[in-house]
Amino acid sequence: MKKLLLLGDQAIAQAALDSGLSGMYAYPGTPSTEIMEFIQSSGDAYDRNIHREWSSNEKTAMEAALGMSYAGKRAMVAMKHVGLNVAADGFINSALTGVNGGLIVVSADDPSMHSSQNEQDSRFYGKFALVPCFEPFDQQEAYDMIFDAFEVSEKYKVPVLFRITTRLAHSRASINLKEVLPERKLSLPADPLQFVLLPVIARKKYKSLLLSYESLRYENRISKYNNFKEGSKRGLGIITCGIAYNYLMENVGEFENDFPVLKISAYPFPKDLIKNITGRCEEILILEEGAPVIEEAIRGILDDGIKIYGRLDGTVPRDGELNPAIVAKALGLPVSFGQDVPSLVKMRPPSFCSGCGHADMFNSLTEALNPFGPGHVFSDIGCYTLAALPPYNAINSCVDMGASVTMAIGAADAGLFPSVAVIGDSTFTHSGMTGLLDAVVKNSPVTIIIADNSTTGMTGGQKSQATGRLEKICEGIGVSRDHLRIIVPLRKNHSDNVSILKEEFEYRGVSVVIASRECIQTSVKRKRSGNSNE
Amino acid sequence: MKNDIIIAGVGGQGILSIAATIGLAAVANNLFLKQSEVHGMSQRGGDVQSNLRLSDKPVSSDLIPNGNADLIISVEPMESLRYLPWLSDSGWLVTNSNPFINIPDYPSTDEILKEIKKIKNHLIIDADGIAKEAGSARSGNIVILGAASTFIDMPFESLENAIKELFRTKGDDVVKVNLKALKAGHEISKDLSYGNF
Repeated sequence: MKKLLLLGDQAIAQAALDSGLSGMYAYPGTPSTEIMEFIQSSGDAYDRNIHREWSSNEKTAMEAALGMSYAGKRAMVAMKHVGLNVAADGFINSALTGVNGGLIVVSADDPSMHSSQNEQDSRFYGKFALVPCFEPFDQQEAYDMIFDAFEVSEKYKVPVLFRITTRLAHSRASINLKEVLPERKLSLPADPLQFVLLPVIARKKYKSLLLSYESLRYENRISKYNNFKEGSKRGLGIITCGIAYNYLMENVGEFENDFPVLKISAYPFPKDLIKNITGRCEEILILEEGAPVIEEAIRGILDDGIKIYGRLDGTVPRDGELNPAIVAKALGLPVSFGQDVPSLVKMRPPSFCSGCGHADMFNSLTEALNPFGPGHVFSDIGCYTLAALPPYNAINSCVDMGASVTMAIGAADAGLFPSVAVIGDSTFTHSGMTGLLDAVVKNSPVTIIIADNSTTGMTGGQKSQATGRLEKICEGIGVSRDHLRIIVPLRKNHSDNVSILKEEFEYRGVSVVIASRECIQTSVKRKRSGNSNE
Repeated sequence: MKNDIIIAGVGGQGILSIAATIGLAAVANNLFLKQSEVHGMSQRGGDVQSNLRLSDKPVSSDLIPNGNADLIISVEPMESLRYLPWLSDSGWLVTNSNPFINIPDYPSTDEILKEIKKIKNHLIIDADGIAKEAGSARSGNIVILGAASTFIDMPFESLENAIKELFRTKGDDVVKVNLKALKAGHEISKDLSYGNF
């Protein structure tokens, strides 16, 4: 049997390739980025000409994947958890249209917010859309489960949500590979109206979706991913899911475990399995990575059954990711500890790379804004968000992809002057363009700085859809040529750049300043690999 | 056999190359392995670590429990101290002596080294200097891996083979320099072993 050492993300990508994938769609986002990157670097994907280009955002990725499914082929779309908010319209409605070729939607959650704005739990979306949700506990299960997720998707004719979390995504393990399945052939849906969600059709489809969700719940009683293990102790039973299972096993040992344990990896979870363990135990501990999804369902509103411990009663912290120590504590086991960190150890937050153009851009912006006092800069999601930290302290917002432009519009509407947006090139083509159109249509007095480093930097330098297109996009949307300024953020241009920014603040209409300088990381990589002419 | 290893440093210092080398060697030795990494925001000059767990039995948690690490390998002296809550009583701390200063309140190097010397089993090496002597200033991370290799329960040759595999696509010169760096690090520690230092 062939074995590979793979990150969880890579195991998912390899499994998709091995189970007959024809198209991969994604927008970069930690901790999901390596799924697409692995397929892009795969020789198999190249030989089979599998679709593997980045999309402009998660919504366009989701819809393109649905289109491939319409045409009868297997498709996968991957995003970080907040990306699923962007893709939600297509995702929720794809449950109603159903699929033709198998469709897997991977959502990588980031509990503890290592590289995110929130720690929302994607399992809510599974229930919301009424689609099956799989949650592997380790890298090998993630690999194996992709094969079954495609099967379930095609059997029930629905997309499958595949939920992972940071530690699984970014941890390597040795993976046993299976035999490669052939790709599906092009075939149209049997019902030509399957994908037409006119109200009269959608109503019927919703009824059948509700039925299929309940049959899924029934079938999940015997899913190989939902297992109950009997234990000799009858007092405390444990219900766990996803990566929390590993922390449990780390503490109690796979073979010496005395507690009855129900592990859930396939949702919707069946009532019978829950009743089986609650019926034989006096108390239940629920361990989940993320929100108390299972716990809330089991407690319900009345919460008057057997004693339940979990995130809601404080046995496990309500927020943040789990680890072996938290689980040991919840089990009442002793927690080991090395030594305290000496007090001289200082925090080392992430910062701009030495030689980064964003730093020069913020230096000019801060000086240009100096006469107006603080509080004028709406920013966005990317490396440039680091300007919120000292010594820059240069931005006042970071909310969601594209919100810099639209929040600047709203603040200008309220009378804030100047009202400035700072958005990266890739974030701009992801979700900033529609906001710019709003600004142009009503001639908002805003200054929009596009920090163009010609890459998607924070996630490691993926291709940006904006590269080489920004000026034309802005002109096409209707920004006046006179107020579409290009600057190069270098120290030697500092005073010129300050003057240009000041001029554009004074213009009481839409200004776009494109601050263009290649990311220092991608520039170094490019020079090292010898493509200095590119 | 069980080796729980924390590899520490600052984003961009090459800790993932150390992790990848040990990982490849572990697979060649048919060991079970989990290796957790930090990707994303912290890679931009922030503190980063990798949790690497090798065992002859299946490994459950991707994260090493507190007080259980057998070895801390650090490319940077202050970063080596950040993970002391994870170091076991008998664990070793192997660190570079050269600081990476990218914060305004970085403590004095002497104070840091004094703290490190309080650890029962520690090894401080001038990895940058040794790397330069070996012919590549950029191989400091591999020098440290070489020095730490004494405390990893795998044959040294398997780490050499892993270096060959990892750097193969970068050409013979890169492989040679890194093998030299690995060996130079190993020379420092090969006569030490658990408990007799």
